[in-house]
Amino acid sequence: MKTKHLLRSTLAGAVLAGASFASLPTLAADYVIDTEGAHAFINFKIQHLGYSWLTGRFNDFDGTFSYDSDNVADSKITVNIRTNSVDSNHAERDKHLRGSDFLDVSKNPTAKFVSTGIKDIDDGGDEFDIVGDFTLNGVTKSITIEVEKVGEGSDPWGGYRVGFEGETELRLKDFGIDYNLGPASEVVKLELHVEGIRQ
Amino acid sequence: MLKDNTRGYGLVTIALHWLSALTVLFLFGLGIYMVDLGYYDDWYHEAPALHISIGLLLLVVMSFRLLWRIFSRSPAPLPNYSLPVRLASTAVKIVLYALIFSVLISGYLITSADGRGPLLFDWFRFPVLIQLSADSTDLAGWIHEVFAWLIIIFAALHALAALVHHFVIRDRTLVRMLKPVSKPQD
Repeated sequence: MKTKHLLRSTLAGAVLAGASFASLPTLAADYVIDTEGAHAFINFKIQHLGYSWLTGRFNDFDGTFSYDSDNVADSKITVNIRTNSVDSNHAERDKHLRGSDFLDVSKNPTAKFVSTGIKDIDDGGDEFDIVGDFTLNGVTKSITIEVEKVGEGSDPWGGYRVGFEGETELRLKDFGIDYNLGPASEVVKLELHVEGIRQ
Repeated sequence: MLKDNTRGYGLVTIALHWLSALTVLFLFGLGIYMVDLGYYDDWYHEAPALHISIGLLLLVVMSFRLLWRIFSRSPAPLPNYSLPVRLASTAVKIVLYALIFSVLISGYLITSADGRGPLLFDWFRFPVLIQLSADSTDLAGWIHEVFAWLIIIFAALHALAALVHHFVIRDRTLVRMLKPVSKPQD
């Protein structure tokens, strides 16, 4: 219920902001990440013993961003992840991941990314880095996500969409997760796929 | 000899009682031990597999035990039992049965949350009846742990009462659960 309210108020805010500044041409457009239609994915992968990759994802999250291809440097994004939605296709492992050895979801039900800046804009604005504060397991650290725009344009149903892919790495220890999975499994890679619908 | 009658317990009831008592203790110990195993411990996979298999066997045994109990003629209370003693002992027995089934069922539900049923050694895979959500699986895990501790507490009370009956009150309460009733005559 709470997340719905949050989402709704964010939406309302985005719509209001969009309406009041509609006359200003250079202002970045606001987008809501299309989690409703599941055109966004937060995937992770981590090495298993150094012999293979284990992949999984977070199924429940929401977010908004503002983006203008003419002014990429002003882009902003906020994403909230419900950590109990971790899914590695193995219920007992997921239970372990939700527990205090890893995500401790009863204590820290939400992970959050809030961008603080954009840097290294390249390739005519199609490639850039997002710097931001990532809160996981109750610990907030600045991380950098390498982003590449996939595409942008009208959709067949009267809307306007833009999509990106992003990659970053987290050292689990930095976020207070120090369960020993072995030396090959100290870093988790995040692969992000985000499609936003312009509001 | 095998069946219970109004004077005492038969061999089947006695065997089921002690078999499940020892198994519960073993599962409890194994459970406490295995949740602290690290990823690189030899028993990281084997201990839970054994815990699950023995637990499934106990679920079968306890189901049979419950049916056996329902369809058996229970021994009459010893004449020296006061009403409070009868009520208390019955209450503890009912609580123990309820706790044991809760722990067995919650354990089964955790292992079947995957959509794959739990494996009884390599012999047989149990079916999946319901697939719990993430939150429900965590709740089942909480029940499994807390209720397991409650079983130990109530079993200790149950055992303490039996010892008091044997050594202090000096009646046949404990002996009845050790020595099968001789003749099936009523």
